Amino acid sequence: MTDFGFVRADMVPSKPAPINTSGVGAWFRKNLFATPLDGVLTILGLVFLVWIVPPLYNFFIGHAVGPGGTVEECRLENAGACWAYISSEMEFFIYGFYDIPEQWRPNIVFALGALLLIPLLIPKVPFKRTNAVLFLLVFPVVSYFLLAGGVFGLKPIPTEKWGGLLVTLIISVVGISCSFPLGIILALGRQSKMPVIKTLCIAFIELIRAVPLITILFMASIMLPLFMPQGTTVDKLLRALVGVTLFTSAYMAEVVRGGLQAIPRGQYEAGASLGLGYWQRMYFIILPQALKHVIPGIVNNFISLFKDTSLVYIVGMKDLLEAVKTKNDTALEWQSANTATTGYLFAAMVFWVFCFGMSRYSMYMERRLNTGYKR
Amino acid sequence: MSQVSETTVDRPVDTSHMKVSSTNVAIEVIGMHKWYSDFHVLRDINLKVMEGERIVIAGPSGSGKSTLIRCINRLEEHQEGQIIVNGTELTADLKRIDEVRREVGMVFQHFNLFPHLTILENLTLAPIWVRGIPKAEAEATAMHYLERVKIPEQALKYPGQLSGGQQQRVAIARSLCMQPKIMLFDEPTSALDPEMVKEVLEVMISLAEEGMTMICVTHEMGFARQVANRVIFMDQGQIIEQNEPEAFFSNPQHERTKLFLSQILH
Repeated sequence: MTDFGFVRADMVPSKPAPINTSGVGAWFRKNLFATPLDGVLTILGLVFLVWIVPPLYNFFIGHAVGPGGTVEECRLENAGACWAYISSEMEFFIYGFYDIPEQWRPNIVFALGALLLIPLLIPKVPFKRTNAVLFLLVFPVVSYFLLAGGVFGLKPIPTEKWGGLLVTLIISVVGISCSFPLGIILALGRQSKMPVIKTLCIAFIELIRAVPLITILFMASIMLPLFMPQGTTVDKLLRALVGVTLFTSAYMAEVVRGGLQAIPRGQYEAGASLGLGYWQRMYFIILPQALKHVIPGIVNNFISLFKDTSLVYIVGMKDLLEAVKTKNDTALEWQSANTATTGYLFAAMVFWVFCFGMSRYSMYMERRLNTGYKR
Repeated sequence: MSQVSETTVDRPVDTSHMKVSSTNVAIEVIGMHKWYSDFHVLRDINLKVMEGERIVIAGPSGSGKSTLIRCINRLEEHQEGQIIVNGTELTADLKRIDEVRREVGMVFQHFNLFPHLTILENLTLAPIWVRGIPKAEAEATAMHYLERVKIPEQALKYPGQLSGGQQQRVAIARSLCMQPKIMLFDEPTSALDPEMVKEVLEVMISLAEEGMTMICVTHEMGFARQVANRVIFMDQGQIIEQNEPEAFFSNPQHERTKLFLSQILH
């Protein structure tokens, strides 16, 4: 018998993994002071926090003038943020020049939008199809008539008067919900075997991507009327909507194309061999997988779009940022050292809340859709 | 890829009752040529498959075996000659292509299950949307075939949670759910661990026993011996030799066939 001959008699049962960390001390050693360099960096980090946090706290909360405050308090030597200014001008930041007695109309639109959007975003809520139809088809029509008026005895309010957060949200919601499907169609068109469709899609994508958004908005507001017959005007808001949508859809198309290329050929073939037609293959097999791969890129585009809405001031729309800027420049009764800063901070915070929300939701969706490959 | 296996199933396979129709033609390929740009990949293919035939196509890598069966459901386009499947000639006409694909099932080397759908959804997708079968009925059929391939308990899992052998059996069941008249197998066991090859072959044999018309590109010579009624040997895009399995293996005629067999059979 050789000395390496071996036959196992008993199988080794599985046992729980060892606990390698125990207690707070071990955690600190492992995560904060593992090496001398780690220790130095940890201490530097703490010093930085001690240096930065108290002044920030004082500005935002400690010495800040709360919503009920007066302009005199804001003008004091040590005063921090002037939140009183924000709360007193809030209506303008949300509605722009929208007639004050009619502001219940945008309010209904906001409420309706939230009521339809939130259940659409929560996977567990049933009736997704009905919900989507209501949100994407019915809601825009209802909102338009509610906001613009002129029917059912509602006072007509021209889009020039709309402003603030209302405009920011309208442009981003419409932009997102139109540019996404348009981008998908452009991406599919770019991969088409039909030369005319393919060339058109490539031309559109490459043209739009090669031009800054500002230029497109300029084109829309200055060039378009030149080509139109005399006397016809295209609504400013509509121009901004079309410009932003086309711009984003070109980017979206390229992101989606990346996802399409990540799908193995076998998936197309398996679908084809089962007799599924082109659109069925795309809808049931290819796009669900391709779009899942590129969620980060898609949301990246949504976030860019949301922030780019502030460029519509180019065509004379008063979005949230422009509304804040207008008030900063004109509200003489609120002038103080920190008024403008507070205004911009407020705008930044609103933008941040929406963008961060989109980002977190996309991460949640990525985890949720990760069923296909998990073991 | 070109591992040759002699795996067989343990039970005796009786092929005597497997009837081959003498009148009904399932597939007819006449003078077919195919090129990949300048490369002449299939040359003058002539092949007549009767209903109920079990055909194994063997040959070295790059001999055009896979390309040939992929032409039969038009995953590849041929440039010359005719391919007639169930009486429908394959042309650029998309309607005809879909018509043929509905009746011809295909099993791939790498399974190609849809990873974002559950096993049950993989099986019911085409019956519901191509055949227009109600969902409940499609699910009942799907469960029937999952039981046939012996994995009904996996119905609600995702493909990524199954072993290779299980995935390939699901892929076979997915094709069967369309109730095809012809099944094409493109190296169905080449990507499997040796221990899983047998469970897939078992399913294929039981299909053959039920009289399914099958064309299998495979290196499983044991399967060819037990199940096939005809073995076709291809090299350089051409059919070199075809015969009954017994005669094919014991008395090959062409030099190339002899060389091939001497290298794979020990």
